[in-house]
Amino acid sequence: MEAEGFATVGLTLVRGQTERLQPPRALYCAFPLGRPLGGPGDPAFQRRVLDATFALLDRPAGPVLEDFPEVIDDEVDSPLACAVPPRMNRSDNPAVDEALALRAAYDRQLRASGRTMVGRQITADQVPTAVEAFTRIAGGAPLAEAGVEGEPVKTANDVRAYYEEAAMALEGHVPAARSAESWYFRKTLAGDAVRRAQRVLREGGGPNRLVAYLVPRSQLLP
Amino acid sequence: MTADAPTRAAVGAAPVPHFDDPAYNTPTPLREAVVAIVTTAGLHPAGENGFRDQNDQSFRVLPADGRGLTSTHFSPNWDRTGLAADINVAFPIDRLHEMAAEGAIGSVSAVHLSFMGALDETMTTIRLDSGPAAAAVLRQAGVDIVLLTPV
Repeated sequence: MEAEGFATVGLTLVRGQTERLQPPRALYCAFPLGRPLGGPGDPAFQRRVLDATFALLDRPAGPVLEDFPEVIDDEVDSPLACAVPPRMNRSDNPAVDEALALRAAYDRQLRASGRTMVGRQITADQVPTAVEAFTRIAGGAPLAEAGVEGEPVKTANDVRAYYEEAAMALEGHVPAARSAESWYFRKTLAGDAVRRAQRVLREGGGPNRLVAYLVPRSQLLP
Repeated sequence: MTADAPTRAAVGAAPVPHFDDPAYNTPTPLREAVVAIVTTAGLHPAGENGFRDQNDQSFRVLPADGRGLTSTHFSPNWDRTGLAADINVAFPIDRLHEMAAEGAIGSVSAVHLSFMGALDETMTTIRLDSGPAAAAVLRQAGVDIVLLTPV
């Protein structure tokens, strides 16, 4: 961009990479990955970040890499204390039943925010079926016969988004970064199924992209 | 250990492109500048063409109001709940409009762009093709300063 004539100024969440890449102007923010401006719903904080970022444009020479003075920590071992609603129909696969039970919460969150990250591959209506498919893989079913709709990584990300957004409604606030993720993978049947499916694929020599992208690095089963 | 630690370690050790004698332009004064956001959050208008796979080096044009966006970023290694609750955590469009209304920046570009980060190759396609194409879109929009927001 700079070579094309623009002046650029950026945020970075990974200082070591930026030290080596040496972009013209960068502000390192010790914030969770995914939140380069910091706190959701905190305009004053976001504005402080932007003011510090744009201030780098005043530096006479580059490359410039400075640190934002405020830090936001997140802890992987702090899943939300979010209760999963009672099952609707105990004759179903429990993981499917769980996904169905969270639909009302997901819908409330969608109405409140007007935005969803579900939709890469499947709709919210298809989440219970996807959960069932990952349960099959976790149980040893061949990937091709498990019934996963489309690209499994996208489908898994959709299931996770559905659960995380439902959790936001159940909690009534935006969770700390990664705590909804920890809740999903460690406290729900669907998340457990996806983790176990990833392990089955990993140990069985499954496709590299599934082994690498189905589950976050921080949530892999041994 | 924080949830991001394994990813920070992997990304921090990943190869990066090298640029000989990189450009460093004198910016237009901020109070006169047209500002655009370029993010790597894999954003695009919901229902439109999402990012295809883990090495999709194309970009999407985002509307000036920033409404109705979603992300089809391939990597699971970053938090989406912040973005789902408040698009400004990675795409600070409301903050830029506030700054423009105050006169802190000249104006907000009519278009913004998103790529998808966490690419696993050399980004040659971005450097030779989609990057220059993205620059052409911003130049057409009269952009002076680009705010980069990787996730």
